[in-house]
Amino acid sequence: MKKIAVISGKGGTGKTIVTGALADQLNAKMIICDADADASNLDLILKPEILRRIPHAGLKIAEIDQDKCIGCGECYEFCRFDSVIDRKDGTYIIDSLKCEGCGVCGLVCPAECIELKENICGEVFISGSPYGTVVHSELNAGSGATGLLVHEIKKNALEEATDEDLMLIDGPPGIGCPLQSTMSGTDYALIVTEPSQSGLHDLKRLVEVLEKLPVEIFACINKADLNPEITEEIISYLTDSEVPMLGTIPFDKNVIESVRSGIPVTKTDSPASDAVKEICNNLSEKIL
Amino acid sequence: MKIAVASGKGGTGKSTVSVNLAYTLALKEKVVLADCDVEEPNLHLFFDAEETEKEVKVPLPTFDMEKCTLCGDCARFCNYGALIVSKEKLLFLKEMCHSCGGCRILCPAGAVGETEVSIGRILKSEPTENLTLITGILNIGEIKAPEVIKDVKITAEKIPDSQITILDSPPGTACSMVETVDSIDFSILVAESTPFGMHDIKLAAEVVKERNIPACIVINRSDGQDEAIEKLSEEMSIPILMRIPFEKEIARIQGNGEILSAHSEKYRNEFMTLSDRIRKIMGDAS
Repeated sequence: MKKIAVISGKGGTGKTIVTGALADQLNAKMIICDADADASNLDLILKPEILRRIPHAGLKIAEIDQDKCIGCGECYEFCRFDSVIDRKDGTYIIDSLKCEGCGVCGLVCPAECIELKENICGEVFISGSPYGTVVHSELNAGSGATGLLVHEIKKNALEEATDEDLMLIDGPPGIGCPLQSTMSGTDYALIVTEPSQSGLHDLKRLVEVLEKLPVEIFACINKADLNPEITEEIISYLTDSEVPMLGTIPFDKNVIESVRSGIPVTKTDSPASDAVKEICNNLSEKIL
Repeated sequence: MKIAVASGKGGTGKSTVSVNLAYTLALKEKVVLADCDVEEPNLHLFFDAEETEKEVKVPLPTFDMEKCTLCGDCARFCNYGALIVSKEKLLFLKEMCHSCGGCRILCPAGAVGETEVSIGRILKSEPTENLTLITGILNIGEIKAPEVIKDVKITAEKIPDSQITILDSPPGTACSMVETVDSIDFSILVAESTPFGMHDIKLAAEVVKERNIPACIVINRSDGQDEAIEKLSEEMSIPILMRIPFEKEIARIQGNGEILSAHSEKYRNEFMTLSDRIRKIMGDAS
């Protein structure tokens, strides 16, 4: 099974719109993952029906037994994540949003009153949809460690997959932990960028990251007509970097309308739909 | 006062709001603008000024194999899977390490030391008389974005005489966003009125609510169909303090890396009004 991730560097360039269109258009049996775990929106387009829910345990979280705590403050001294709060009354508590579950506080506590507790911070869903099985998730807001959740989502998708030809992944923005986790073991990346100085700057950083990984890169430009000069600049950058351009998508109000109606843009009759269909065809020729 | 500009969803206009608010306020007072989107920092694209640079370093353990007895205590302790100890050797996977320092504390043989490794950079510049811009940049291939954000915030706090600090948050609601909104005074949530935007702004609003951070909403690229955000605003008691309409001209100015407020008196006034209204909320709260 080949794996392709739709990514962007900069947020909000149209990854999810393009992923939804690929799910609709690619002529392959697919398993689809939403790996943009802290802004997971693909379900708003694919309308998956949840079949199974799997609790997601994030990094463990330290807990201080206040009855046994002697108030020495060793945990506060040694924690490198600033997650022990000194309440200035001789007691200490753990800021669960900042704790990374390393266990150093428990290691240094002379009263042995700190333990790491399991932390269920979200759910992974295995769902059915007209486009194939969808693996997506819901993360409790602010609970962090999305790289770990992305890993869980992909692992579940691999377990669910039977005779699928393709794993289609809606990726996260950025170039850090969630992106690295998305790209690990992935064969292809389709970059969705947009013609702005920010879009171009972020694209360059993303390509630099991808060039270090064993992955074949493609790109497309969304809302290309909003700034034709920068679109030209992006195309020439992509040519220089030997990243194949699969097409451009015009700015089109039908895109927002398709999201509002909860359907892939390729199910509408619009200029954006035609453009995205061409990109899907071009991609299909390269990878299927 | 520290104000973070956040959104949940990417590309809603956080940078637009941060840059324009900072630029407008700096016409009258000292402002620090801090780019906490260290994976993809963009604010520096809007300004042209000479930058000074320093490195962001994190501690990583080192292992003295002369002293190591291969007891494996460190590997059993490490919750990140960064250490593998076999009968013959010790393997350290630095990408997995969270720099907690636990292995060094517990090693019975005293074989673990520590060294500093660079994971990013902080750039500082003064693009206008009253404005200091601090940009955090995560090195290509590194993943510890929150550590760079921490350094951005510490650097911002050291700027003397600044009345106001504006922090541009990364997208999402995970570690990096939580690090950005930690110990701030107010949060501007930038929303767009699509179902995607709605879903994500709600998550961002929950994070700041949970931390008791007062907040407001700015609707960007409004096409007039803002009913869903208005409903959310009412439900969560977060006021909508500004609306920026969708206009191709605004998209063009912003896309070119130019500052809307520098072009338009109307937007200077609107961003000034936004800050007055935020200050009023903060004044009433204290």
